[in-house]
Parts: sequence; C-alpha cells; structure tokens
Amino acid sequence: MPGPLTRAPERGLEHNMLTTGFKAGFGAGRRGALTGLMLAAGLALAGVAGGASAQAAAPSAGPATSATAAPSGLRPADANQGPAGGTVQKADAAPAAPALAMDGAPAMDARVVSTIPKIGQPVDGVMHIQPQVTKNGLRAHWFHDRILFPLITIISLFVLALLVFVVIRFRASRNPTPSKTSHNTVIEVVWTLAPVLILVAIAVPSIGLLQAQFRPAPAGAVTLKAIGNQWFWSYQYPDHGGIEITANMLKEGSQVAAGERARSDADGPRLLATDNRVVLPVGVPIRLITTANDVIHSWAVPAFWIKLDAIPGRLNETSFTIDKPGLYFGQCSELCGARHAFMPIAVEAVPPAQFAAWVRAKGGSMPAAGKPSDKVIPQPGADGSAAVMDEAAMSNALTGPTENGTDTPTPSPQGATGNPGGVGEAGR
Amino acid sequence: MTDTALHPSAFQAHDHGHHDAHADHKPGFFARWFMSTNHKDIGTLYLIFAICAGIIGGAISGLMRAELMHPGIQYLPKWVAMLHGGTEQSFDQALHLWNVLVTAHGLIMVFFMVMPAMIGGFGNWFVPIMIGAPDMAFPRMNNISFWLLVPAFTLLLASPFFGGAGTGWTVYAPLSTYGEPGPSVDMAILSLHLAGVSSILGAINFITTIFNMRAPGMTLHKMPLFAWSVLVTAFLLLLALPVLAAAITMLLTDRNFGTTFYDPAGGGDPVLYQHLFWFFGHPEVYIMILPGFGIISHIVATFSRKPVFGYLGMAYAMVAIGVVGFVVWAHHMFTTGMSVNVKMYFTAATMVIAVPTGIKIFSWIATMWGGSLRFPTPMVWAIGFIFMFTVGGVTGVVLANGGVDDYMQDTYYVVAHFHYVLSLGAVFSLFAGFYYWFPKMTGRMYSELLGQLHFWVFFVGVNVMFFPMHFLGLQGMPRRYPDYPDAFAHWNQVATVGYMIMASGMVIFFVNVVWSMLGGKKAPDNPWGAGATTLEWTLSSPPPFHQFETLPKID
Repeated sequence: MPGPLTRAPERGLEHNMLTTGFKAGFGAGRRGALTGLMLAAGLALAGVAGGASAQAAAPSAGPATSATAAPSGLRPADANQGPAGGTVQKADAAPAAPALAMDGAPAMDARVVSTIPKIGQPVDGVMHIQPQVTKNGLRAHWFHDRILFPLITIISLFVLALLVFVVIRFRASRNPTPSKTSHNTVIEVVWTLAPVLILVAIAVPSIGLLQAQFRPAPAGAVTLKAIGNQWFWSYQYPDHGGIEITANMLKEGSQVAAGERARSDADGPRLLATDNRVVLPVGVPIRLITTANDVIHSWAVPAFWIKLDAIPGRLNETSFTIDKPGLYFGQCSELCGARHAFMPIAVEAVPPAQFAAWVRAKGGSMPAAGKPSDKVIPQPGADGSAAVMDEAAMSNALTGPTENGTDTPTPSPQGATGNPGGVGEAGR
Repeated sequence: MTDTALHPSAFQAHDHGHHDAHADHKPGFFARWFMSTNHKDIGTLYLIFAICAGIIGGAISGLMRAELMHPGIQYLPKWVAMLHGGTEQSFDQALHLWNVLVTAHGLIMVFFMVMPAMIGGFGNWFVPIMIGAPDMAFPRMNNISFWLLVPAFTLLLASPFFGGAGTGWTVYAPLSTYGEPGPSVDMAILSLHLAGVSSILGAINFITTIFNMRAPGMTLHKMPLFAWSVLVTAFLLLLALPVLAAAITMLLTDRNFGTTFYDPAGGGDPVLYQHLFWFFGHPEVYIMILPGFGIISHIVATFSRKPVFGYLGMAYAMVAIGVVGFVVWAHHMFTTGMSVNVKMYFTAATMVIAVPTGIKIFSWIATMWGGSLRFPTPMVWAIGFIFMFTVGGVTGVVLANGGVDDYMQDTYYVVAHFHYVLSLGAVFSLFAGFYYWFPKMTGRMYSELLGQLHFWVFFVGVNVMFFPMHFLGLQGMPRRYPDYPDAFAHWNQVATVGYMIMASGMVIFFVNVVWSMLGGKKAPDNPWGAGATTLEWTLSSPPPFHQFETLPKID
C-alpha cells in the first residue's frame, strides 16, 4: 500500500512536532512522580498557553495531509490487497494474512497500522482536541480552537487580572478608607450588555455549526446501522446486502483463553481494538443510524466529531463524510453497565473501491447501478428504505472500470470531502 | 417556643429568663438534639451530617482516583472481595463496583453533602437570624426535614451490600429498570424520595419564614443576599423536586409493578426519563450553587468594608438564574437525537445563563473595587471561589454549544466543568461560609494559620486534580470508566496526585476544626469589624438559644 506508507512519515512528523511542542510547553519528565507537584502552581496558565499554541498548529496541518491522501493513490494496492479481483468472495474466505481482520476485511497492513501517526486515537500527555477527519469535525474544531477557546481564556484571564488588581490596589494597608459606592448604573448596564453581545457573537457560528451537522445525508449515502448491546457493538449495512458484523473488544494476551484471539499492536491500542472493524468508504457520505438492544449506549468517534446515543426503541440518525483513510477509534459514551469501558468502536476508512471489495468479501452486494435513488430523507425507523447509491459507478469514476463495468456509469455525486447534496434542515 | 407564644403570660416569663443569654434554659441532651425544634441546633445537625457525608463521599472519590492512577484494573477486585466477604468474585462484579462508587459519590455529594450543608446547615442557622426572626416558621417540620435525611442516607449506604446501584447519579432508564435487578436500585430510589421529601419540606419552611417572619422594616429589598439566595433556592426545590419524585416513582413502578413508562417494548420511552430527570437536574445544580452566591456576597462585602455593589442586580440576577435554569434542561441531552430546532433553542437558552452569572462575578469584583480589603481565611476562599467559578463557568459556555457538545458530552471535559463549578465553586463557598461563621456558631476563633494553609493546599490540590481533566476530555476520554486506554495515563496520574494534595488539605481542615473547638480563642460578637453588617453579628457568639424575643427594627 504505497499510499499510506508514503503518507506516514509526514503525519508522523506532524505528530512529533505537536507532542514535543506540548512537552516543551509544560516541562520535561512528564511521567515523573513530581510532575504533578511541579505543575501545581502554574498549571492553569501553562496549560492554557500550551493548549493555545498547539491548537493553533493543528488545523493548519490538517488540510495539508489530507491533500496527500487522495484515494486514487491507493488504487494499485487495492488489486493486491483486496480479496482477489474479479470474483466475488464470500465472507468465510480465509484471511490471507494474520494481519487481516478476522472477517476477511482488507485490513490495513500491519506495518502501516503500526506506523500510522496517532490520528484517530488519543495521544498521551497532550491538551488538545483530536485531529478531525470530517468536514463538520474540522468546522467544529475550528469553532472551538479559534473562537471558544481563545474567548474563554481571555475572559478567565480578564477576571483574574481584575482580581489581582483589586487585591493589590485596594488592600487595607494601601487603601485604609473604603469608598461607599454601591451603584453605578452605567457600568451595570455595560457588564450586562457586553456578555449579551459576546454570546450573540458565539451563537451565530454555533447555530451555523448545528445546521451543518444536521444536514441530512444525501441520496446515495452509505448507511451504517450501529446497534449497542451489553457490551459490544453490532453493525448492519442495510443497503449492501444486509451485511452484519459484530465488534467485540480484543483482550490482551494475558487475558485470553487458549485459542482465543488476543490483541496485537496491528489491531490498535489496548481497550480500543476490536476483533471486527467497521469498514467505511472515504469521501462518501455516511448515514449513521444508532439504536440499542438493551440499555442506552452511545456511539462515539472523536475524530469524526460524532457522538450519538443508541437508545432502545429509537433510531437516531446523523451523517458524516470521512476525508482520510485510516483507523479511527472511539468508545461507548453512555453508562451501560459493568463493561461500559470495554465496548470500543473501531472504524477503518478505506477508498471506495476497497470498500466495495470488502462488501463483496463479506458476501454483500453493492447497490445496483441506475437504481433510482431515494431522494426523500427517511424518517427514523425507516432504515430499510434508506437511500442507496450507485457505489459501483462511483468507484468506476474513481478507479476505472471494475467487474461491475457492465452497469451504466454515472458521474460520481461526490466531491472529495464534501457533503454535496441535501441542503436544508433534517427536521428529524 | 410555639406553645409559649400562645400564652402571653408564659411568653412573658419565658422572655424574662432570656435577658441573660447564657442562662437561657436548654433542653436536655436527648431532647435538644433528637427532638430539636431550634433552628440553630437543627442547622448544627445538618452541618455535622454534611461533614460526615462529605468524608464518605470524599473517601469514595479517593478510591476512584486510586483506581484511575494507572491504566488497568488494580484495586476493584480486592475491594469487591472485601465488600462481599472475601470470596472469589467475577470480574464483572468488580467492574460493577466501579459504577456503584461513581453513583454513590455523585448522590452523596449532591444530596447529602452540598445540599444539607448549604440549605439545611447555613440556611437554617442564618436565614432566621438575618431576617430578624426568632426561629423558622415550622420548627417541627424543620426537625423532620433533617431526620428524613438519616434514613435516606442509610438506605443509600446500605445498598452496596445488596449488590449496589451502578446506574450513575442520573439513574437513567433502562439501565436502572431492567438493566439492574436486585433491591439496590430500589433502595437508592427510595433514598432519593426521602431526601426529596426532606428538601421539599425544608423549602416550604424557608419560603414561609422569609415571606412572613421578616423583622419590622425589613422589606424584601432590604433583605440580606444570603436570605435572597435561599429564597430563590427554596422555590427551585419546591418546583423541581416533585418532578424528580414523579420520574423516580415511575422508575419504581417500571421495576416492580410491570409498568412500561420507560420501556419501549410497552410503548414507553427511555428519553422521557431523561427529560424528567434533567427538568429537575438542571435547577438542582443552581440549588447547589445559589446559596453559595449569597455566602460569597456577604464575605466579599464584609472584608471590603463596603456594601455589596449593585444589590438589586445581585438579587434579581439570582432570580433570573433560577427562572432561566428551568428552561435549559435538555443541554444535558444533546446527543440523545434531538431535532435541530430543539438543539438550537437549548443552545441559545443555555448561553443566556451566562449573563446573570457575569453580573454576579463583576458585581463581586466591583464590591471589592475601592474597598479596604483584608484577607482572612473566609476572604481568600471567597476570592478563590470567584476565579474558579469563572473558569468552570466559561467551560460551561463551551458546552452550551450543542454542536461542540457532541464532542465533549460524557467526556472528562464535562467532569472537569462540573467539578470546577461544584468542587471548586460550591465547596469553596461552603468553606468560605464555614470559616466566616465558625466564630459565630461555636463562639471560638479558628486558627488563621491553619485556615490559610488549608486554603492553599486545597486550592492547589483541586486544580491539579481537575484541570488536567479538561485535557483528558479534549482527547476524548469518556466518563465513568474504571480503565482507560494507555494514552490517557499521564493526566490521570497527575489528577490522582492532585487528589492526594487535596486530601492533605482536608486533614488540615479537620485538625483546625478540632483544635479550634477545644482550644480556640473566645470569639467576640463581631470578629470581622465594621464591614459585617448583617444581624447575626449583633448577637453574642454563639447566639443565645432563642434570639430576638424583642424583634429588631430595620430602618
């Protein structure tokens, strides 16, 4: 997979720059026993400063790497990596290598996974939001890092400065006779109206962000149904021949019985790796539908800026488009009983052609080309009627003719990162 | 007291005996402390109760921080073996114990520490005195308010021995209905019922007292801000708690009598519970902080030797916070799948709360502005409160944005936020009030040195503990996890070190309390000088068993 391999050093560099920046920001020896004590007095200020500089760096680095992550770069690899070219293979096809996921998914090469920079998963010791790989995620990340975070820092420092000033200026030894002032209408009006204006200024981008987040998935989106269970996630791809997968957390080598599969580094970090990963195409809108079989769970992937409760008896829906191939981890985010911490979410985002190959390997089928798309956004509960997309045609457009080449190719409705259709409110 | 008031002659005789405050007769020990009708004694009982609950709740958080210091499950299996008699327990039971600890910590700190201390303790002690009343309007109801807390707390503390309620303090259905068999959750629900009844009775008492028993001349607009804060809090309690009672009663019937209010299999809806719970739960957070606002106002004014700046703005800011607090509840539920319009409304409404809160912060600073500031222990706690509450407040503005909250919801960012407003907000105001009124309540001065030391150690400790939780949340660490991916190790370790610092601060506090009670200097009637203008400082320290037989007149 030349694409990921060539990308890895770049992103690794970015990662190193960020983390060393953080380390320098608050002192060396971050695992030292005395760190906490050392941090104690200046923690707030140092943290604020470190966070600010790092967060300023993150968004600018993001688009640069995404430019190198053009899906087409992966095409030569697909033929080799995917379950052999033209013939449709069933799900029980034996994995070619142990690094492949158990379900026969064209998992990322072990070397790639281990060298992938820490995107899509938490990084130790840093103070910022995880890098975002969705458009709305980038937008929300920008809103937090460029508007909210500077604003709350300034307000906090302003209040602190006022307190320090009055404590020094008006201490009894310096100001023995107190004034009797107890009213000043002008200043009271000012400090009522100024916050109002600030909040209005916040509300405008905040409402805009909400609108963007609620833009429904366009016709042709890939529907993923995530079902919470105590304590694992199961997934359905209702538009792709009813593929179903179950994702259990992989245990450590010391915890498994003989013959049971243990986590390896290629699978991902401890408590985040799953035996089967959700596989999703890059650059294609994803319609996520969540529900649960027992208690409330919450499907969350920080790198997508997605968190949606999975509630029994309800179908919740949202959508996102993943911009970069990679491995993205999340964890259940609503208390659901004893093993709440042990039902992680692992998403493998691959180029559409590779996704199509994976679907076929799972025994599913890509939605037929030319099939009329469902322009109506389905109401929750109508997941079966979800819109289907001309996936094959799209992969044609991206990768050239494939085994589905007899179908009439239609132009891809997708931009590289965009969420082109479906303007307006979801009104769910 | 109530009896004697009915008979003028008896009242006369009674009054006569009270001119010498130290000779006023007190009932015997049992009658005084177990059948009490005296607001100060009941206030003392509340404070003792809150301190005991605080020790337990704080110890539980110590257990949790110990477990979280390093990745992996370290202690839970040992603790669950201890709890259930040393037999071999399954791993799931150890993990369940974690949820029990999380639940117990939350419920204890909210219902059995902060609320009893703020409203039951300081409210009982000082609202009647500040408004110039001899006692609360319903002294016996006051007594039952307190004593209902004891069985409530007992039920909660006993529940871990029957399996333990691991639902979180929010007791969300369906985890709390068909998700948790056994009597523990029922016990926790009954505990909340009793605590709720206790609070409702207390709220009725405060409202009646404040509306009817103010001294001649004390109009509502002359009433001290602490009394204002308790009045607003009492209304919040009165309106919010019945909704909680209804919600958890439906939980009980779902659990035990086959109803399906929250069960989709029978046409119910789990989200209904969340709406009902947070309709109570959001006012509840203001119930916990508003009396603290009142306390801080008095302390800042006292040690600035200035009247409170913008008194009316301060009072009506609290009223505004109380009113708006009732219409923002669903910002706790941003990820439950609400429609875009609902989410926009709750985003905007939640932000509105920042306005009256800002008025309060700036008014405190303006009170200090131009003052003649001294910095004894209560004042450093108050200044610490103002800054830390600001920090907690501004992260609340971040979380108010529904679109941003999708990332933060149920992460440690939220944990950091609400501990900044509660553990560094409400608790700081409790300590401020405790030091401020300690001489009045006990008649003895606390040790200034130990008080200052307590503040600085505690301040450093809680900041080292809670500030890194922002970073954990920004990296996506979910709440209520006994074990976490190794990438969260660093800040968790720092947080646990912070707990240790904080805990050593608490040791200083208890040393101070014991030392001061036994050997502290005798406190004068008004140890704080010219800035202390409210009525409690006109009484002896401690006040007579019954005060204001002759009502004070307010000009």
